[in-house]
Amino acid sequence: MSRPEDSLPPDLFYNDLESRKYTTSSRIRNIQASMTNRALELLDLKHPSFILDVGCGSGLSGEILSGVPPEEGGPHEWVGMDISASMLDVALQRDVEGDLFLADIGQGVPFRPGSFDAAISISAIQWLCNAESSDVSPEGRLTRFFGGLYASLRRGGRAVCQFYPKNDAQRMMISAAAVRAGFGAGILEDDPGTKSAKLYLVLTVGGGELESQGGDITGVVKGLNGVDIVDARRKAENARRKEERKGSKAWIMKKKDQLEKKGKIVKPSSKYTGRRRGPKF
Amino acid sequence: MKVLTVNFLTCAVKTCKTSPEAFPLHFRDAELAQQDLEFNPEFIKNMLLRLDWNAFRVTTSELGFSTIPAEKPEGDALNDETLLRDLHKVLLETQVMEGKLVCGHCAHEYAIKEGIANFLLPNHLV
Repeated sequence: MSRPEDSLPPDLFYNDLESRKYTTSSRIRNIQASMTNRALELLDLKHPSFILDVGCGSGLSGEILSGVPPEEGGPHEWVGMDISASMLDVALQRDVEGDLFLADIGQGVPFRPGSFDAAISISAIQWLCNAESSDVSPEGRLTRFFGGLYASLRRGGRAVCQFYPKNDAQRMMISAAAVRAGFGAGILEDDPGTKSAKLYLVLTVGGGELESQGGDITGVVKGLNGVDIVDARRKAENARRKEERKGSKAWIMKKKDQLEKKGKIVKPSSKYTGRRRGPKF
Repeated sequence: MKVLTVNFLTCAVKTCKTSPEAFPLHFRDAELAQQDLEFNPEFIKNMLLRLDWNAFRVTTSELGFSTIPAEKPEGDALNDETLLRDLHKVLLETQVMEGKLVCGHCAHEYAIKEGIANFLLPNHLV
């Protein structure tokens, strides 16, 4: 299937026709709704909150944010940013409740620090991996976006970004940029290995109630059913610890073993092997 | 655009990031509209903690509201329903439909059309 990201920049691709098609297609609406609900589940908001919708488009996800019933902590107020004027025009015609901005998320997030309780982004941030002109780079755009997002969220806030990376390199580039901005980042993958696999980048800002649960995605998904945690980070740490330091007892024993196997003459090992000699007078 | 949102908005130009004059943005030629929204006291209380009261007073005086108290309501005053309803009316129901937002530092003008502010900048400014 062709990717719209490869054909045109977002402000040109989503013209009046594409925007209307996107918003009226019941298939896209259903997918968007289920992804927004999943993101809301991950955000786990308990009070009516102030949310930033990054790449809000025609407000398909915002509608759901405004419609959360009071017993589930809603309804939330939201602010949407999008680069496509046509998409925002469709949002106006549909009379959405949130505030809309015509803005490029690759140019940063123009809000003062600690503004939002949470941020949500549905199928948008992969667009940041494309640079349309020679004076900007994908890395620079990602850095500005995540830096601005990190600052505009309150302490203990969360952001959930659903995105469609083109390949593993893009996936790594996006999550690395988020980590560099200071987020605790993790990726939740729904239906992995199938055609409808969905990636959610779950970002947490330090401080607040999450701190006691590890302060990152592992705390976020703790209550969810059917989630396997694959922590690549801890595995790498353990592997590094196991590797023996040069000159340590374990290292000496390993070397002696290697030499013995080669048929060299090796001094027998005892409890004194690899010990420091006492201090010299 | 809601008055609430303006209280969190800063200038997007790179050189204004560190300048205190870049916040709040000032309205010019603002046309207002009133939109009825559901009253949600929990949300107002939640937002009051984060609201920059001085900036809020600047914004409201530019828009022609004069009945805003000088001090931020705290403690027991938060349970006063008439006060919360007044704030709800100003913060959420008042919308700026047309006009401009001007940065106090670099004087960049952000146009507002049909309630949507244009924050697109040329690349050399960000």
